[in-house]
Amino acid sequence: MGGRMANDAPPRWDRRMQQRLARGEAAALAELYDRFASLVHTLAHRVLEDETGADRVTREVFGYVWENPDAYDPQQGSLRAWIAMLAQRQAVHRLRASQTASARGDTLTSEALEERIREASVAARADYIVTSMPAPLRAALELAYFDRRDYRQAAAALGVTEDEARRRLRLGLQLLSTAHVQPPRAVSPPGYGRAL
Amino acid sequence: MTGRGGPDPYDDAYGEGSGGPGDGRDGPGRGSDADLPSHPAGPPRIPPPRPAAEDSGHWPGALEGGIPAPRPPTADEAAAERAPEPGPEPDPEPTAGSAPDATPTPEQHPCPGPGPDPASGPEPPAAASLPASGGTPVPPATPLAAPTPSAAHPFPHDLLRSLLGAWALTACSQEETAAVEAHLNHCPSCAEEALRLRDAVGLLHTEHSLDLDPMLRSRVLAGCLGRRPARIPMPGWAGAYDAEAARLDALLRDMGEAEWRAPVRLKWFDGRRLTSRDTTVAGVIGHLMVVDGIVAASLGLPDPMGAGAPGSPLARTEAYWHHEPGAAYGAGPPGAVRELWREQGHALVRTVSFAGRGVAELDVPYGDFALPIRDAFLDRALECWVHAGDIAEAIDYPYEPPASAHLKAMIDLCARLLPGTLAERRRAGLASPPRRLVEAGTPGRTLHLQVEGTGGGDWYIPLDSPAATAAPEEAVATIALDQEAFYLLASGHVPPQEAAAGLSGDTEAIRDVLFATASLSRL
Repeated sequence: MGGRMANDAPPRWDRRMQQRLARGEAAALAELYDRFASLVHTLAHRVLEDETGADRVTREVFGYVWENPDAYDPQQGSLRAWIAMLAQRQAVHRLRASQTASARGDTLTSEALEERIREASVAARADYIVTSMPAPLRAALELAYFDRRDYRQAAAALGVTEDEARRRLRLGLQLLSTAHVQPPRAVSPPGYGRAL
Repeated sequence: MTGRGGPDPYDDAYGEGSGGPGDGRDGPGRGSDADLPSHPAGPPRIPPPRPAAEDSGHWPGALEGGIPAPRPPTADEAAAERAPEPGPEPDPEPTAGSAPDATPTPEQHPCPGPGPDPASGPEPPAAASLPASGGTPVPPATPLAAPTPSAAHPFPHDLLRSLLGAWALTACSQEETAAVEAHLNHCPSCAEEALRLRDAVGLLHTEHSLDLDPMLRSRVLAGCLGRRPARIPMPGWAGAYDAEAARLDALLRDMGEAEWRAPVRLKWFDGRRLTSRDTTVAGVIGHLMVVDGIVAASLGLPDPMGAGAPGSPLARTEAYWHHEPGAAYGAGPPGAVRELWREQGHALVRTVSFAGRGVAELDVPYGDFALPIRDAFLDRALECWVHAGDIAEAIDYPYEPPASAHLKAMIDLCARLLPGTLAERRRAGLASPPRRLVEAGTPGRTLHLQVEGTGGGDWYIPLDSPAATAAPEEAVATIALDQEAFYLLASGHVPPQEAAAGLSGDTEAIRDVLFATASLSRL
């Protein structure tokens, strides 16, 4: 239940949130922000490495979601994943725009730019993997990583065997390591492919 | 395996998100692998072409219908739930995770690597046929194998491999760590996985929410509402509670279990003297939750304490701590109470948003007094801030005052409550008798309360009767203090006579108002 590694809300929560946003409920917008602002800001900050820029992307992403709640398609994945994608894309868009705008002086080399975008994408996929991995794996990783428990203590805390604790830690990290893999190219569904 | 096909060889190598040793993948290639053996299955692959950035934009793959990661563990986890003993390994090798049953067939695991492996040198055949478990291991005769406790208490290969996750997270014993590290020197497949897992640990970052500017929230929400006005707005008087609860929630967000159990001393002024209660961070959130529950119940929402719960905040809190000692003192799952408190808080804001204007004057019974719901929301906002401050102090983290408009509304609530509190203290013999009674609704002796700071302002307090009105020209005394000093005074965190205030005028009136202000505090 700890919030240190966020997890996906149930699909029902996502649909309900979408309905509430669609009918213009300010309290829903506030809840949406409370749940996802940190995610959006973190993703944007990784790409832009700039607080002001990340603030701006946060405003843009929530503004877009608030104005276009129907653009979210629950069939395509969780609300969290959709918002993460919007944030990542908008941050990359802003980064490229800022590089083009200041075509002199303190710009990144194109290699450095692509490398930063690549690293941010890996981190974003890692976030997605952590949030969508089965809760028992996440709980084991939380105990070992955030609470600095060794696997025996983690096993005791989780009420599983030591073998099982070792297995969960290893499997959790194996899943996480797939973040380094580029997802297959695919055509974005309608409405998913443009800057905000 | 993945069914996706495609020209990228990584699709196959990584597709299931699970591959074990010998599936031909490369480590992610960080600098630290220089001293580790190269891949057993041959030279490292050439990395795939650098993706166009727009590809990154397609993340997460689920939106394109198929990120591979979560699926295998789901099945695997299901298996694990059925059987307490180690379930099937994520990777396809039959020996993995089933050490007790494994027959010592060396071909089943690649240790120490079937392929050309110049770094680990020629391995003696004895090491290559090291039994998976239970056998008498032969200490590897390679000079690369460091002497470790494993020489005395050897670990079977499957056990070593099962330790890789814990090793990468530095979550195993010293002896095990040494054994794993010695093993990595001559087992390329484990070395490859070890690197990959350790690299993955670097991806276990937290969201940096603690550093998210709380003011960003109001800016973002205002920006949104400027672009598309709310059809169901939040009542203005609920804004302070909404913001303060969000701020406290952000403080709690990244807390570890130990921090949830960190001791917190709650202090207040009971009318005569400073008093305190010791609890934990979890206990404070439980306290906020059950007192917010008074407001919830009066709105027709479920009372977290059930029907027939005590009415006063103190009694409710004591009852909660008594019946839920685990929640108060840290035996429960960390953060569970936070979810309850937060969900209830969201429900409160949601409910008053829908209820419309009529609900603002609805009375919320606090036991021996009542507040209209608009003031109850301000009161809860103030409590939230005060206790967030207590928690921040306990875990040694900075905490800023509320936004000016919210702070001003909270101070205003205190100022409006002061005349009634003064009268109550007078009845109890704790304040001096009225000097000059005036007709109800006409100006009487007044105290000028001046709070400095962005959330400050000037308030005029009728001294002799709540029924009298206050008037600047009737002021007989002034209390001037900055908003931080006011916070400490009104929260009962300092003795009233020691409040850092500039005082002038009638000393009796000043004393009475300082004590009455401190008496606004409670558990």
